[in-house]
Amino acid sequence: MGAEFVILSLTPILIGIFTAIACALPGNFLVLRKQALIGDAISHVVLPGIVVAFLVTGTVGTWPMMIGAAAASILAVILIEAIRRLGRIETGAAMGVVFTSMFAGGVLLLERSDTSTVHLDVEHALMGNLESLIWLDATGWESLVDPVALAGLPPELLRIFLTMLGVIGFLWVFWRPLKISTFDEGFARVIGMRTGALGMALVIVSAIAAVAAFDAVGSIIVIAMFICPPAAARLMTNRLEHQVAWSVVFAVISAILGYVLAGYGPLWLGGTDAVSAAGMIATVSGLILALAVAFGPCRERTGASAEG
Amino acid sequence: MTHLELAADHGHPVAQAPAADSPLAIRGLTVSYGEKPAVFSIDATIAPGSMTAIVGPNGAGKSTMLKAALGVVSPLSGTVTVFGQPLDIQRARVAYVPQRASIDWDFPARVIDVVLMGLSRELGLLGRVRDSHRKTALDCLSRVGMTDFAERQIGQLSGGQQQRVFLARALAQEADLYLLDEPFAGVDAATEKAIIDVLKSLKDQGRTVVAVHHDLSTVTEYFDHVFLINVRKVAEGPVETTFTSANLQDAYGGRLGTGQIEELALAAG
Repeated sequence: MGAEFVILSLTPILIGIFTAIACALPGNFLVLRKQALIGDAISHVVLPGIVVAFLVTGTVGTWPMMIGAAAASILAVILIEAIRRLGRIETGAAMGVVFTSMFAGGVLLLERSDTSTVHLDVEHALMGNLESLIWLDATGWESLVDPVALAGLPPELLRIFLTMLGVIGFLWVFWRPLKISTFDEGFARVIGMRTGALGMALVIVSAIAAVAAFDAVGSIIVIAMFICPPAAARLMTNRLEHQVAWSVVFAVISAILGYVLAGYGPLWLGGTDAVSAAGMIATVSGLILALAVAFGPCRERTGASAEG
Repeated sequence: MTHLELAADHGHPVAQAPAADSPLAIRGLTVSYGEKPAVFSIDATIAPGSMTAIVGPNGAGKSTMLKAALGVVSPLSGTVTVFGQPLDIQRARVAYVPQRASIDWDFPARVIDVVLMGLSRELGLLGRVRDSHRKTALDCLSRVGMTDFAERQIGQLSGGQQQRVFLARALAQEADLYLLDEPFAGVDAATEKAIIDVLKSLKDQGRTVVAVHHDLSTVTEYFDHVFLINVRKVAEGPVETTFTSANLQDAYGGRLGTGQIEELALAAG
């Protein structure tokens, strides 16, 4: 593993790992709160936001895209809440209505507008293009300490790294309130925790992770990483602290193994072309979940909460 | 300045003044989930050091009244004072035990983790759990006879054991007012005995206990005060004078047989 690895594979793998961790960490709480679909919803609704941002500004620059995505996420959260309250239906149903229609709207907008000059299409939105985030300025491992080469790193790398740090910081500071309010919201409120604000903060942090990840790797990874590593981790342990640690392990394994399999798997099987790394990373995370369902040590459920 | 004026000065209705020393005083509490109110214009003044049962038929708003008083659900109107002050100021003195069935017990936590939640005000945002906290939690578990289960995952417990864990968490809070939502629902006889023993020991220490209670046949045995509710307040006061056939008839309408009511009221008298 020499210069070629550093130039072509190092940054995509790192971006994959950081993305996976940034999504899997809040995913633990979303899964336990039965809000796992929020990641799905957000990663879908950012599409119309990005298209509108492109139509308004005429560029696919980072900031217009991020602002458009963020605005669309906020609009979606408001719409979901409004439909849930006005329609008196459960959150899952409200989300389903909002994110499918917003995604469909985004696809229509994309088709009707002239984006042929820029790299913006439905496939890109879904799969991203992890393989293209290479480090052309690198000449080998020594470039890691070369300021000139470091300046040429894909901007997505720093962005998703900072996002991951932000997510870790949020969970670190609010670990106890998040844990308690996820388990027993009524109790959390009575001891003075602002459970409404906390739940909203969790959704916003997840949205930031989803938007930053979408920018780098497309929505497939986001959807998979919010759900698969935490769900698999839950089957490995009965303690939240350990579950979160397992979810990070699974996220990292998915990112590395998925990237390698996408690049080399088809060659090993006698094929010629590599497959989408994002798609393969998501697939690996799904396989890990399947293995955990089959063999995880804590998959027995008592269902004691059902009666009474 | 008289007592009444003083109370009015603090922005509370004058009628509230006698409630100043009540652990939990509720005025004009109305809550609605849909078009019809779940509880309507409830006034309650819980007696200090009492053990009060909140009693009423299904759908009478017993749990809702408790949740709204504690801000778990938002009331349409009403004021609540705890030891004469707003709840926000007196939170540290209040322990709440929600209905066991409202919780997803598959949550990844051990028994001791749940009891430690009772210490979270003390621990704050970033405080580390130390041995002294663990010892407190284990002490509380031993008071409900659950020491041997400290390392168990909570989903592996029986309903009665889960209820005891919740009570242990409340004990860890060292509160002066304990509010329990159906603590005896779906528990075994041994647990019911263990819980009532703990609640009575709390009362003996001068603390106040309020519990939503379903089983009319044990009201007189377990509690000294009763609050009868059927969306509106029916009556409140000491069991001997309040748990009467007339009041039960009012609260339950035609839902109890006359014979049943006579029997229950006789037990109270």
